Amino acid sequence: MSGLRDLYAQQFKTTFAAMLQYRASLVIWMIGHVLEPLVYLIVWSTVSTTGGGSVGDYTTRDFAAYFLVIMLVNHVTYTWIMYEYEYRVREGNLSFALLRPVHPIHADIADNVSSKLITLPFMLLIAFILALIFRPTFAIVPWAAAAFLPALLLAFLLRYLIEWTLALTAFWTTRVGAVNQTYFVAMLFLSGQMAPLSLFPMPIKIAATILPFRWMVSFPVELFLGQLTPVEAAEGILAQVLWVGIAFVLLRIVWRAGVRVYSAVGA
Amino acid sequence: MTDPVIHLHDLHKIYVVSERESGILAALQSLLHRETENVPAVDGISFDLNAGEVVGFLGPNGAGKTTTLKMLSGLLHPTAGDGTVLGYVPWKREKEFLRRITLVMGQRNQLVWDIPALDSFELNRAIYRIPAPDYQRMLSELTDLLELGPLLRKPVRNLSLGERMKCEIAAALLHRPQVVFLDEPTIGLDVTMQRRIRTFLSEYNRRYGATILLTSHYMADVEALCRRVIVIHHGRLLFDGDLSDLVQRFTAHKTIVVRLADCQTDLHSYGDVVSCDEGSFTLRVPKAQTAHVTERLLADLPVIDLLVEDPPIEEVIERVFEQGAP
Repeated sequence: MSGLRDLYAQQFKTTFAAMLQYRASLVIWMIGHVLEPLVYLIVWSTVSTTGGGSVGDYTTRDFAAYFLVIMLVNHVTYTWIMYEYEYRVREGNLSFALLRPVHPIHADIADNVSSKLITLPFMLLIAFILALIFRPTFAIVPWAAAAFLPALLLAFLLRYLIEWTLALTAFWTTRVGAVNQTYFVAMLFLSGQMAPLSLFPMPIKIAATILPFRWMVSFPVELFLGQLTPVEAAEGILAQVLWVGIAFVLLRIVWRAGVRVYSAVGA
Repeated sequence: MTDPVIHLHDLHKIYVVSERESGILAALQSLLHRETENVPAVDGISFDLNAGEVVGFLGPNGAGKTTTLKMLSGLLHPTAGDGTVLGYVPWKREKEFLRRITLVMGQRNQLVWDIPALDSFELNRAIYRIPAPDYQRMLSELTDLLELGPLLRKPVRNLSLGERMKCEIAAALLHRPQVVFLDEPTIGLDVTMQRRIRTFLSEYNRRYGATILLTSHYMADVEALCRRVIVIHHGRLLFDGDLSDLVQRFTAHKTIVVRLADCQTDLHSYGDVVSCDEGSFTLRVPKAQTAHVTERLLADLPVIDLLVEDPPIEEVIERVFEQGAP
Protein backbone atom coordinates (compact mmCIF):
# COMPACT_ATOMS: atom_id res chain seq x y z
CA MET A 1 0.00 0.00 0.00
CA SER A 2 2.85 2.37 0.84
CA GLY A 3 4.30 1.47 -2.56
CA LEU A 4 1.12 2.60 -4.24
CA ARG A 5 1.05 5.81 -2.19
CA ASP A 6 4.61 6.54 -3.26
CA LEU A 7 3.63 5.86 -6.87
CA TYR A 8 0.71 8.30 -6.67
CA ALA A 9 2.90 10.95 -5.07
CA GLN A 10 5.53 10.60 -7.78
CA GLN A 11 2.94 10.56 -10.54
CA PHE A 12 1.45 13.76 -9.08
CA LYS A 13 4.82 15.45 -9.21
CA THR A 14 5.45 14.30 -12.77
CA THR A 15 2.06 15.39 -14.03
CA PHE A 16 2.32 18.70 -12.20
CA ALA A 17 5.63 19.45 -13.83
CA ALA A 18 4.42 18.37 -17.28
CA MET A 19 1.09 20.22 -16.99
CA LEU A 20 2.76 23.47 -16.11
CA GLN A 21 4.54 23.24 -19.45
CA TYR A 22 1.15 23.36 -21.13
CA ARG A 23 -0.53 26.29 -19.44
CA ALA A 24 -2.25 27.44 -22.64
CA SER A 25 -3.93 24.10 -23.25
CA LEU A 26 -5.07 24.01 -19.63
CA VAL A 27 -6.73 27.39 -20.11
CA ILE A 28 -8.46 26.31 -23.33
CA TRP A 29 -9.62 23.14 -21.67
CA MET A 30 -11.12 25.14 -18.79
CA ILE A 31 -12.83 27.55 -21.16
CA GLY A 32 -14.58 24.54 -22.72
CA HIS A 33 -15.72 23.39 -19.30
CA VAL A 34 -17.16 26.83 -18.58
CA LEU A 35 -18.74 27.54 -21.94
CA GLU A 36 -20.88 24.44 -22.26
CA PRO A 37 -22.86 24.84 -19.02
CA LEU A 38 -22.93 28.58 -19.59
CA VAL A 39 -24.72 28.12 -22.91
CA TYR A 40 -27.33 25.85 -21.33
CA LEU A 41 -27.68 28.27 -18.44
CA ILE A 42 -28.38 31.18 -20.77
CA VAL A 43 -30.82 29.15 -22.88
CA TRP A 44 -32.78 27.95 -19.84
CA SER A 45 -32.74 31.38 -18.20
CA THR A 46 -34.24 32.83 -21.36
CA VAL A 47 -36.87 30.11 -21.60
CA SER A 48 -37.71 30.60 -17.95
CA THR A 49 -37.93 34.40 -18.19
CA THR A 50 -40.19 34.29 -21.23
CA GLY A 51 -42.29 31.56 -19.59
CA GLY A 52 -43.18 33.79 -16.62
CA GLY A 53 -40.12 33.21 -14.41
CA SER A 54 -39.99 29.42 -14.14
CA VAL A 55 -39.94 26.07 -15.94
CA GLY A 56 -41.28 23.15 -13.93
CA ASP A 57 -39.92 23.58 -10.41
CA TYR A 58 -37.05 25.71 -11.60
CA THR A 59 -36.95 29.50 -11.35
CA THR A 60 -34.39 31.47 -13.35
CA ARG A 61 -32.14 31.64 -10.30
CA ASP A 62 -32.55 27.91 -9.64
CA PHE A 63 -31.24 27.31 -13.14
CA ALA A 64 -28.25 29.50 -12.38
CA ALA A 65 -27.52 27.50 -9.22
CA TYR A 66 -28.03 24.21 -11.03
CA PHE A 67 -25.70 24.92 -13.95
CA LEU A 68 -22.97 26.44 -11.81
CA VAL A 69 -22.84 23.30 -9.68
CA ILE A 70 -23.08 21.12 -12.81
CA MET A 71 -20.12 23.01 -14.18
CA LEU A 72 -17.99 22.23 -11.13
CA VAL A 73 -19.12 18.62 -10.76
CA ASN A 74 -18.55 17.96 -14.45
CA HIS A 75 -15.10 19.47 -14.20
CA VAL A 76 -14.18 17.32 -11.21
CA THR A 77 -15.49 14.08 -12.71
CA TYR A 78 -14.34 14.71 -16.28
CA THR A 79 -11.85 12.35 -17.97
CA TRP A 80 -10.08 12.50 -21.32
CA ILE A 81 -9.00 8.90 -21.24
CA MET A 82 -11.18 7.88 -24.19
CA TYR A 83 -9.22 10.15 -26.52
CA GLU A 84 -5.97 9.18 -24.91
CA TYR A 85 -6.32 5.44 -25.40
CA GLU A 86 -6.96 5.62 -29.10
CA TYR A 87 -3.67 7.47 -29.44
CA ARG A 88 -1.81 5.11 -27.14
CA VAL A 89 -2.87 1.98 -28.93
CA ARG A 90 -2.22 3.45 -32.35
CA GLU A 91 1.22 4.78 -31.46
CA GLY A 92 2.18 1.66 -29.54
CA ASN A 93 2.89 3.71 -26.42
CA LEU A 94 0.92 1.24 -24.38
CA SER A 95 3.87 -1.14 -24.57
CA PHE A 96 5.76 0.76 -21.90
CA ALA A 97 2.75 0.69 -19.60
CA LEU A 98 2.51 -3.06 -20.09
CA LEU A 99 6.18 -3.56 -19.26
CA ARG A 100 5.71 -1.99 -15.85
CA PRO A 101 4.93 -4.07 -12.79
CA VAL A 102 1.89 -1.98 -11.86
CA HIS A 103 -1.61 -1.62 -13.29
CA PRO A 104 -1.65 1.34 -15.71
CA ILE A 105 -4.93 2.74 -14.33
CA HIS A 106 -3.04 4.06 -11.31
CA ALA A 107 -0.88 6.34 -13.40
CA ASP A 108 -3.98 7.54 -15.27
CA ILE A 109 -5.98 8.33 -12.13
CA ALA A 110 -3.04 10.14 -10.56
CA ASP A 111 -2.58 12.06 -13.78
CA ASN A 112 -6.24 13.08 -13.85
CA VAL A 113 -6.42 14.08 -10.20
CA SER A 114 -3.25 16.15 -10.29
CA SER A 115 -4.39 18.14 -13.29
CA LYS A 116 -7.69 18.80 -11.51
CA LEU A 117 -5.82 20.05 -8.47
CA ILE A 118 -4.17 22.64 -10.68
CA THR A 119 -7.35 23.77 -12.40
CA LEU A 120 -9.93 23.54 -9.63
CA PRO A 121 -9.03 26.84 -7.89
CA PHE A 122 -9.52 28.65 -11.19
CA MET A 123 -12.84 26.93 -11.80
CA LEU A 124 -14.03 27.97 -8.35
CA LEU A 125 -13.03 31.54 -9.09
CA ILE A 126 -14.91 31.47 -12.39
CA ALA A 127 -17.95 30.00 -10.64
CA PHE A 128 -17.80 32.82 -8.11
CA ILE A 129 -17.69 35.48 -10.83
CA LEU A 130 -20.56 33.82 -12.72
CA ALA A 131 -22.52 33.71 -9.48
CA LEU A 132 -22.15 37.49 -9.19
CA ILE A 133 -23.61 37.85 -12.68
CA PHE A 134 -26.41 35.24 -12.62
CA ARG A 135 -27.30 35.54 -8.91
CA PRO A 136 -28.24 31.92 -8.15
CA THR A 137 -30.32 30.92 -5.15
CA PHE A 138 -28.94 28.13 -3.01
CA ALA A 139 -31.04 26.32 -0.46
CA ILE A 140 -28.20 24.57 1.32
CA VAL A 141 -29.22 21.75 3.63
CA PRO A 142 -26.31 21.00 6.02
CA TRP A 143 -26.58 17.18 6.05
CA ALA A 144 -26.97 17.11 2.26
CA ALA A 145 -24.01 19.39 1.76
CA ALA A 146 -21.99 17.03 3.98
CA ALA A 147 -23.11 14.03 1.94
CA PHE A 148 -22.13 15.87 -1.23
CA LEU A 149 -18.41 15.11 -0.84
CA PRO A 150 -18.63 11.31 -0.69
CA ALA A 151 -21.22 11.44 -3.48
CA LEU A 152 -18.85 13.53 -5.59
CA LEU A 153 -15.98 11.15 -4.91
CA LEU A 154 -18.11 8.15 -5.88
CA ALA A 155 -19.27 9.99 -8.99
CA PHE A 156 -15.66 10.61 -9.98
CA LEU A 157 -14.70 7.00 -9.35
CA LEU A 158 -17.70 5.67 -11.26
CA ARG A 159 -17.17 7.94 -14.22
CA TYR A 160 -13.47 7.12 -14.23
CA LEU A 161 -14.00 3.37 -14.18
CA ILE A 162 -16.68 3.48 -16.87
CA GLU A 163 -14.81 5.78 -19.22
CA TRP A 164 -11.55 3.87 -18.70
CA THR A 165 -13.39 0.67 -19.62
CA LEU A 166 -14.97 2.30 -22.69
CA ALA A 167 -11.57 3.66 -23.69
CA LEU A 168 -10.38 0.08 -23.96
CA THR A 169 -12.52 -0.42 -27.08
CA ALA A 170 -9.43 1.01 -28.75
CA PHE A 171 -7.99 -2.49 -28.43
CA TRP A 172 -10.61 -3.85 -30.79
CA THR A 173 -11.17 -1.08 -33.27
CA THR A 174 -9.12 1.79 -34.55
CA ARG A 175 -12.31 3.85 -34.96
CA VAL A 176 -13.27 4.55 -31.39
CA GLY A 177 -14.78 7.88 -32.45
CA ALA A 178 -18.19 6.28 -33.03
CA VAL A 179 -18.25 4.71 -29.58
CA ASN A 180 -17.18 7.98 -27.98
CA GLN A 181 -19.82 9.96 -29.83
CA THR A 182 -22.64 7.66 -28.78
CA TYR A 183 -21.49 7.78 -25.20
CA PHE A 184 -21.17 11.57 -25.15
CA VAL A 185 -24.68 12.09 -26.50
CA ALA A 186 -26.13 9.71 -23.90
CA MET A 187 -24.06 11.49 -21.26
CA LEU A 188 -25.32 14.92 -22.34
CA PHE A 189 -28.98 13.95 -21.96
CA LEU A 190 -28.93 11.40 -19.16
CA SER A 191 -26.39 12.87 -16.77
CA GLY A 192 -28.24 16.17 -16.39
CA GLN A 193 -25.66 18.26 -18.20
CA MET A 194 -28.10 19.71 -20.73
CA ALA A 195 -31.07 20.16 -18.42
CA PRO A 196 -32.10 19.02 -14.94
CA LEU A 197 -33.34 15.44 -15.12
CA SER A 198 -36.55 16.36 -13.27
CA LEU A 199 -37.64 18.37 -16.33
CA PHE A 200 -37.43 15.33 -18.62
CA PRO A 201 -40.38 13.03 -19.34
CA MET A 202 -40.73 9.94 -17.16
CA PRO A 203 -39.13 7.35 -19.52
CA ILE A 204 -35.92 9.37 -19.75
CA LYS A 205 -35.86 9.92 -16.00
CA ILE A 206 -36.20 6.18 -15.46
CA ALA A 207 -33.49 5.42 -18.00
CA ALA A 208 -31.11 7.88 -16.34
CA THR A 209 -31.76 6.28 -12.95
CA ILE A 210 -31.34 2.67 -14.08
CA LEU A 211 -28.26 3.44 -16.16
CA PRO A 212 -25.13 4.80 -14.48
CA PHE A 213 -25.44 8.30 -16.00
CA ARG A 214 -27.34 10.07 -13.24
CA TRP A 215 -24.92 8.74 -10.65
CA MET A 216 -21.91 10.16 -12.46
CA VAL A 217 -22.92 13.85 -12.51
CA SER A 218 -26.51 14.74 -11.71
CA PHE A 219 -26.86 13.01 -8.34
CA PRO A 220 -24.21 14.98 -6.40
CA VAL A 221 -25.63 18.19 -7.88
CA GLU A 222 -29.17 17.34 -6.78
CA LEU A 223 -27.81 16.51 -3.35
CA PHE A 224 -25.88 19.76 -3.04
CA LEU A 225 -28.89 21.82 -4.08
CA GLY A 226 -30.98 20.23 -1.34
CA GLN A 227 -33.45 18.63 -3.74
CA LEU A 228 -33.34 15.17 -2.18
CA THR A 229 -34.87 13.60 0.93
CA PRO A 230 -32.54 11.67 3.27
CA VAL A 231 -33.94 8.40 1.95
CA GLU A 232 -33.34 9.43 -1.69
CA ALA A 233 -29.81 10.47 -0.78
CA ALA A 234 -29.09 7.15 0.91
CA GLU A 235 -30.55 5.26 -2.06
CA GLY A 236 -28.41 7.35 -4.38
CA ILE A 237 -25.19 6.60 -2.51
CA LEU A 238 -26.11 2.92 -2.53
CA ALA A 239 -26.75 3.06 -6.27
CA GLN A 240 -23.36 4.70 -6.76
CA VAL A 241 -21.58 2.06 -4.69
CA LEU A 242 -23.38 -0.68 -6.62
CA TRP A 243 -22.42 0.82 -9.95
CA VAL A 244 -18.81 1.29 -8.87
CA GLY A 245 -18.76 -2.42 -8.04
CA ILE A 246 -20.24 -3.36 -11.42
CA ALA A 247 -17.91 -1.02 -13.28
CA PHE A 248 -14.90 -2.42 -11.41
CA VAL A 249 -15.75 -5.99 -12.40
CA LEU A 250 -16.40 -4.91 -16.00
CA LEU A 251 -13.10 -3.08 -16.14
CA ARG A 252 -11.18 -6.14 -15.01
CA ILE A 253 -12.87 -8.38 -17.56
CA VAL A 254 -12.48 -5.96 -20.45
CA TRP A 255 -8.88 -5.11 -19.53
CA ARG A 256 -7.87 -8.75 -19.49
CA ALA A 257 -9.58 -9.42 -22.80
CA GLY A 258 -8.14 -6.24 -24.30
CA VAL A 259 -4.58 -7.07 -23.33
CA ARG A 260 -5.05 -10.50 -24.85
CA VAL A 261 -6.11 -8.90 -28.12
CA TYR A 262 -3.30 -6.34 -28.01
CA SER A 263 -0.73 -9.03 -27.41
CA ALA A 264 -2.16 -11.13 -30.24
CA VAL A 265 -2.20 -8.45 -32.90
CA GLY A 266 1.06 -6.73 -32.18
CA ALA A 267 2.23 -4.17 -29.73
CA MET B 1 24.73 -27.06 -15.25
CA THR B 2 22.22 -24.50 -14.06
CA ASP B 3 18.97 -23.87 -15.86
CA PRO B 4 19.15 -21.42 -18.73
CA VAL B 5 17.92 -17.90 -18.00
CA ILE B 6 16.06 -17.79 -21.28
CA HIS B 7 14.56 -20.87 -22.81
CA LEU B 8 12.56 -20.87 -26.02
CA HIS B 9 11.15 -23.94 -27.64
CA ASP B 10 9.58 -24.00 -31.09
CA LEU B 11 8.12 -20.52 -30.73
CA HIS B 12 5.65 -19.36 -33.37
CA LYS B 13 3.93 -16.06 -33.96
CA ILE B 14 1.43 -15.70 -36.75
CA TYR B 15 -0.08 -12.29 -37.43
CA VAL B 16 -3.52 -12.25 -39.02
CA VAL B 17 -3.50 -9.38 -41.47
CA SER B 18 -6.60 -8.23 -43.31
CA GLU B 19 -5.99 -7.30 -46.89
CA ARG B 20 -8.00 -5.91 -49.74
CA GLU B 21 -7.55 -4.54 -53.21
CA SER B 22 -7.50 -0.80 -53.60
CA GLY B 23 -10.58 1.03 -54.90
CA ILE B 24 -14.10 1.79 -53.76
CA LEU B 25 -15.65 -1.49 -54.87
CA ALA B 26 -13.10 -3.47 -52.93
CA ALA B 27 -13.66 -1.24 -49.92
CA LEU B 28 -17.40 -2.00 -50.03
CA GLN B 29 -16.77 -5.69 -50.47
CA SER B 30 -14.53 -5.68 -47.46
CA LEU B 31 -17.47 -4.46 -45.37
CA LEU B 32 -19.19 -7.76 -45.98
CA HIS B 33 -16.30 -10.10 -46.23
CA ARG B 34 -12.78 -9.56 -45.02
CA GLU B 35 -9.96 -11.37 -46.67
CA THR B 36 -7.34 -12.21 -44.12
CA GLU B 37 -3.91 -13.60 -44.54
CA ASN B 38 -1.76 -15.39 -42.01
CA VAL B 39 1.70 -13.94 -41.87
CA PRO B 40 4.16 -16.03 -39.90
CA ALA B 41 6.53 -13.54 -38.24
CA VAL B 42 8.29 -16.11 -36.10
CA ASP B 43 8.23 -19.62 -37.46
CA GLY B 44 9.54 -22.12 -34.94
CA ILE B 45 12.46 -20.64 -33.06
CA SER B 46 14.29 -22.40 -30.24
CA PHE B 47 17.29 -21.27 -28.25
CA ASP B 48 18.64 -21.09 -24.72
CA LEU B 49 20.62 -18.31 -23.07
CA ASN B 50 22.67 -18.84 -19.93
CA ALA B 51 23.14 -16.36 -17.12
CA GLY B 52 25.53 -13.57 -17.98
CA GLU B 53 25.62 -14.19 -21.72
CA VAL B 54 25.59 -11.27 -24.15
CA VAL B 55 24.08 -12.46 -27.39
CA GLY B 56 23.59 -10.62 -30.66
CA PHE B 57 20.28 -11.25 -32.33
CA LEU B 58 20.67 -10.63 -36.04
CA GLY B 59 18.51 -10.66 -39.11
CA PRO B 60 17.32 -8.34 -41.86
CA ASN B 61 14.30 -6.07 -41.36
CA GLY B 62 11.15 -8.10 -40.92
CA ALA B 63 13.03 -11.25 -39.91
CA GLY B 64 11.08 -11.50 -36.63
CA LYS B 65 13.66 -10.09 -34.21
CA THR B 66 11.43 -7.46 -32.62
CA THR B 67 8.49 -9.87 -32.48
CA THR B 68 10.68 -12.37 -30.63
CA LEU B 69 11.93 -9.71 -28.19
CA LYS B 70 8.34 -8.62 -27.54
CA MET B 71 7.32 -12.19 -26.78
CA LEU B 72 10.30 -12.57 -24.45
CA SER B 73 9.35 -9.42 -22.58
CA GLY B 74 5.70 -10.36 -22.33
CA LEU B 75 4.20 -7.82 -24.75
CA LEU B 76 3.14 -10.44 -27.27
CA HIS B 77 1.46 -13.75 -26.84
CA PRO B 78 2.93 -16.45 -29.10
CA THR B 79 0.66 -18.39 -31.42
CA ALA B 80 2.38 -21.64 -30.42
CA GLY B 81 5.41 -22.92 -28.61
CA ASP B 82 6.69 -22.29 -25.14
CA GLY B 83 9.35 -20.36 -23.36
CA THR B 84 10.53 -19.16 -19.99
CA VAL B 85 12.59 -16.21 -18.85
CA LEU B 86 14.04 -16.48 -15.33
CA GLY B 87 11.62 -19.34 -14.81
CA TYR B 88 8.55 -17.22 -15.62
CA VAL B 89 6.32 -17.52 -18.65
CA PRO B 90 6.79 -13.99 -20.03
CA TRP B 91 3.37 -13.50 -21.59
CA LYS B 92 1.67 -14.09 -18.25
CA ARG B 93 3.23 -10.74 -17.32
CA GLU B 94 3.59 -11.50 -13.62
CA LYS B 95 4.72 -8.50 -11.61
CA GLU B 96 7.72 -10.36 -10.20
CA PHE B 97 8.84 -11.13 -13.74
CA LEU B 98 8.39 -7.55 -14.99
CA ARG B 99 10.44 -6.27 -12.06
CA ARG B 100 13.41 -8.36 -13.16
CA ILE B 101 13.58 -7.60 -16.88
CA THR B 102 13.73 -4.60 -19.14
CA LEU B 103 13.17 -3.83 -22.81
CA VAL B 104 14.88 -0.88 -24.44
CA MET B 105 13.48 0.11 -27.79
CA GLY B 106 15.77 2.42 -29.72
CA GLN B 107 12.91 4.00 -31.60
CA ARG B 108 10.50 4.57 -28.74
CA ASN B 109 10.82 6.57 -25.58
CA GLN B 110 9.43 6.07 -22.14
CA LEU B 111 10.79 9.30 -20.67
CA VAL B 112 8.27 12.08 -20.20
CA TRP B 113 9.06 14.59 -22.91
CA ASP B 114 8.52 17.85 -21.07
CA ILE B 115 10.27 17.28 -17.79
CA PRO B 116 13.86 16.50 -16.78
CA ALA B 117 14.93 12.86 -17.03
CA LEU B 118 15.59 12.83 -13.28
CA ASP B 119 11.84 13.25 -12.65
CA SER B 120 11.09 10.28 -14.89
CA PHE B 121 13.74 8.30 -13.01
CA GLU B 122 11.99 9.12 -9.73
CA LEU B 123 8.75 7.88 -11.22
CA ASN B 124 10.43 4.60 -12.19
CA ARG B 125 11.80 4.29 -8.67
CA ALA B 126 8.22 4.40 -7.40
CA ILE B 127 6.89 2.09 -10.13
CA TYR B 128 9.53 -0.56 -9.51
CA ARG B 129 9.50 0.04 -5.76
CA ILE B 130 13.26 0.42 -5.61
CA PRO B 131 14.44 1.04 -2.04
CA ALA B 132 15.89 4.53 -1.68
CA PRO B 133 19.52 3.52 -0.96
CA ASP B 134 19.58 1.08 -3.89
CA TYR B 135 18.11 3.75 -6.14
CA GLN B 136 20.70 6.31 -5.08
CA ARG B 137 23.56 3.91 -5.60
CA MET B 138 22.33 2.74 -8.99
CA LEU B 139 21.61 6.29 -10.10
CA SER B 140 25.10 7.46 -9.23
CA GLU B 141 26.66 4.44 -10.96
CA LEU B 142 24.63 5.01 -14.09
CA THR B 143 25.31 8.73 -14.00
CA ASP B 144 28.98 7.93 -13.78
CA LEU B 145 29.15 5.25 -16.47
CA LEU B 146 26.95 7.06 -18.98
CA GLU B 147 28.17 10.55 -18.11
CA LEU B 148 24.65 11.75 -17.40
CA GLY B 149 25.60 14.48 -14.93
CA PRO B 150 24.77 17.58 -16.96
CA LEU B 151 21.76 15.94 -18.69
CA LEU B 152 19.61 14.93 -15.76
CA ARG B 153 18.10 18.31 -15.02
CA LYS B 154 17.31 19.39 -18.56
CA PRO B 155 13.86 18.78 -20.05
CA VAL B 156 14.10 15.64 -22.19
CA ARG B 157 12.90 17.47 -25.28
CA ASN B 158 16.04 19.66 -25.15
CA LEU B 159 18.40 16.67 -25.30
CA SER B 160 20.06 15.42 -28.45
CA LEU B 161 19.16 11.98 -29.77
CA GLY B 162 22.25 10.41 -28.26
CA GLU B 163 21.81 12.13 -24.91
CA ARG B 164 18.21 11.02 -24.81
CA MET B 165 19.15 7.44 -25.60
CA LYS B 166 21.62 7.41 -22.72
CA CYS B 167 18.87 8.62 -20.40
CA GLU B 168 16.43 6.04 -21.84
CA ILE B 169 18.90 3.26 -21.13
CA ALA B 170 19.53 4.54 -17.61
CA ALA B 171 15.78 4.74 -16.94
CA ALA B 172 15.38 1.17 -18.13
CA LEU B 173 18.15 -0.15 -15.89
CA LEU B 174 17.44 1.66 -12.60
CA HIS B 175 15.69 -1.37 -11.18
CA ARG B 176 18.79 -3.40 -12.06
CA PRO B 177 17.11 -6.02 -14.27
CA GLN B 178 18.79 -9.41 -14.56
CA VAL B 179 17.64 -9.79 -18.14
CA VAL B 180 18.02 -6.93 -20.61
CA PHE B 181 16.45 -6.90 -24.06
CA LEU B 182 17.68 -4.20 -26.39
CA ASP B 183 16.10 -3.50 -29.75
CA GLU B 184 18.41 -1.33 -31.84
CA PRO B 185 19.79 0.64 -28.90
CA THR B 186 22.30 2.53 -31.03
CA ILE B 187 20.13 3.33 -34.02
CA GLY B 188 20.74 6.78 -35.45
CA LEU B 189 23.62 7.55 -33.08
CA ASP B 190 27.04 8.77 -34.10
CA VAL B 191 30.08 6.53 -33.83
CA THR B 192 31.35 7.98 -30.56
CA MET B 193 27.97 7.65 -28.88
CA GLN B 194 27.58 4.11 -30.22
CA ARG B 195 30.93 3.19 -28.73
CA ARG B 196 30.03 4.73 -25.38
CA ILE B 197 26.80 2.79 -25.17
CA ARG B 198 28.61 -0.40 -26.16
CA THR B 199 31.22 0.08 -23.45
CA PHE B 200 28.47 0.76 -20.97
CA LEU B 201 26.49 -2.37 -21.84
CA SER B 202 29.54 -4.53 -21.52
CA GLU B 203 30.32 -2.95 -18.15
CA TYR B 204 26.72 -3.48 -16.97
CA ASN B 205 26.97 -7.12 -17.98
CA ARG B 206 30.28 -7.53 -16.17
CA ARG B 207 29.20 -5.78 -12.99
CA TYR B 208 25.79 -7.35 -12.48
CA GLY B 209 26.11 -10.60 -14.40
CA ALA B 210 23.03 -9.62 -16.40
CA THR B 211 21.95 -11.60 -19.42
CA ILE B 212 21.70 -9.40 -22.50
CA LEU B 213 20.04 -10.09 -25.84
CA LEU B 214 20.38 -7.29 -28.34
CA THR B 215 19.52 -6.59 -31.94
CA SER B 216 21.52 -4.15 -33.97
CA HIS B 217 22.19 -3.32 -37.54
CA TYR B 218 25.65 -2.10 -36.60
CA MET B 219 28.06 -4.99 -36.77
CA ALA B 220 30.51 -3.04 -34.65
CA ASP B 221 28.04 -3.37 -31.75
CA VAL B 222 27.86 -7.10 -32.22
CA GLU B 223 31.60 -7.62 -32.66
CA ALA B 224 32.40 -5.59 -29.57
CA LEU B 225 29.78 -7.10 -27.29
CA CYS B 226 28.77 -10.56 -28.37
CA ARG B 227 30.75 -13.71 -28.60
CA ARG B 228 27.63 -15.57 -29.55
CA VAL B 229 25.14 -14.60 -32.23
CA ILE B 230 21.74 -15.89 -33.21
CA VAL B 231 20.73 -15.20 -36.79
CA ILE B 232 17.14 -15.42 -37.97
CA HIS B 233 15.59 -14.87 -41.36
CA HIS B 234 11.93 -15.16 -42.38
CA GLY B 235 11.17 -16.12 -38.79
CA ARG B 236 13.48 -19.13 -38.82
CA LEU B 237 16.75 -19.79 -37.10
CA LEU B 238 19.68 -19.68 -39.52
CA PHE B 239 22.58 -19.83 -37.16
CA ASP B 240 23.26 -20.01 -33.44
CA GLY B 241 26.83 -20.08 -32.28
CA ASP B 242 30.11 -18.20 -31.99
CA LEU B 243 30.55 -15.16 -34.16
CA SER B 244 33.81 -16.59 -35.49
CA ASP B 245 32.05 -19.81 -36.54
CA LEU B 246 29.49 -17.74 -38.40
CA VAL B 247 32.27 -16.21 -40.41
CA GLN B 248 33.81 -19.61 -41.07
CA ARG B 249 30.58 -21.12 -42.12
CA PHE B 250 29.21 -18.42 -44.35
CA THR B 251 32.27 -17.22 -46.19
CA ALA B 252 33.35 -19.00 -49.25
CA HIS B 253 36.28 -16.59 -49.70
CA LYS B 254 39.26 -15.23 -47.88
CA THR B 255 41.04 -12.01 -48.51
CA ILE B 256 44.78 -12.09 -49.17
CA VAL B 257 46.63 -8.80 -48.90
CA VAL B 258 49.99 -9.15 -50.58
CA ARG B 259 52.63 -6.42 -50.83
CA LEU B 260 54.90 -6.18 -53.80
CA ALA B 261 57.19 -3.40 -55.02
CA ASP B 262 54.49 -1.81 -57.19
CA CYS B 263 51.13 -2.39 -58.87
CA GLN B 264 52.59 -3.47 -62.25
CA THR B 265 52.42 -7.24 -61.72
CA ASP B 266 49.40 -9.09 -63.12
CA LEU B 267 47.94 -11.27 -60.35
CA HIS B 268 44.79 -12.39 -62.13
CA SER B 269 45.92 -15.97 -62.31
CA TYR B 270 45.98 -16.12 -58.48
CA GLY B 271 42.49 -14.79 -57.70
CA ASP B 272 40.14 -11.81 -58.09
CA VAL B 273 42.07 -8.60 -57.72
CA VAL B 274 39.86 -6.34 -55.65
CA SER B 275 42.26 -3.40 -55.52
CA CYS B 276 45.87 -2.33 -55.54
CA ASP B 277 47.23 0.59 -53.63
CA GLU B 278 50.96 1.44 -53.74
CA GLY B 279 51.94 -2.14 -54.37
CA SER B 280 49.51 -3.55 -51.83
CA PHE B 281 47.17 -5.95 -53.65
CA THR B 282 43.90 -7.18 -52.21
CA LEU B 283 42.93 -10.56 -53.62
CA ARG B 284 39.78 -12.58 -53.10
CA VAL B 285 40.26 -16.32 -53.29
CA PRO B 286 38.02 -19.30 -52.61
CA LYS B 287 38.55 -20.46 -49.02
CA ALA B 288 39.64 -23.96 -49.97
CA GLN B 289 42.42 -22.62 -52.18
CA THR B 290 43.82 -20.10 -49.71
CA ALA B 291 46.79 -22.21 -48.65
CA HIS B 292 47.64 -23.19 -52.19
CA VAL B 293 47.43 -19.62 -53.54
CA THR B 294 49.51 -18.28 -50.65
CA GLU B 295 52.17 -20.89 -51.35
CA ARG B 296 52.25 -19.99 -55.04
CA LEU B 297 52.43 -16.25 -54.33
CA LEU B 298 55.36 -16.71 -51.99
CA ALA B 299 57.14 -19.04 -54.40
CA ASP B 300 56.57 -17.03 -57.60
CA LEU B 301 56.88 -13.39 -56.54
CA PRO B 302 59.16 -11.10 -54.52
CA VAL B 303 56.65 -10.75 -51.70
CA ILE B 304 57.41 -8.05 -49.11
CA ASP B 305 54.44 -8.82 -46.84
CA LEU B 306 51.44 -11.14 -46.93
CA LEU B 307 48.28 -11.21 -44.84
CA VAL B 308 45.33 -13.62 -44.96
CA GLU B 309 42.07 -12.19 -43.62
CA ASP B 310 38.41 -13.02 -43.26
CA PRO B 311 36.18 -10.63 -45.13
CA PRO B 312 34.58 -7.88 -43.01
CA ILE B 313 31.71 -9.04 -40.85
CA GLU B 314 29.22 -6.81 -42.68
CA GLU B 315 29.97 -8.67 -45.86
CA VAL B 316 29.51 -12.01 -44.15
CA ILE B 317 26.17 -11.02 -42.70
CA GLU B 318 25.02 -9.71 -46.02
CA ARG B 319 25.88 -13.02 -47.58
CA VAL B 320 24.04 -14.89 -44.81
CA PHE B 321 20.87 -12.90 -45.46
CA GLU B 322 21.18 -13.39 -49.20
CA GLN B 323 21.78 -17.11 -49.02
CA GLY B 324 19.17 -17.95 -46.49
CA ALA B 325 19.66 -21.35 -44.90
CA PRO B 326 23.14 -22.81 -45.51
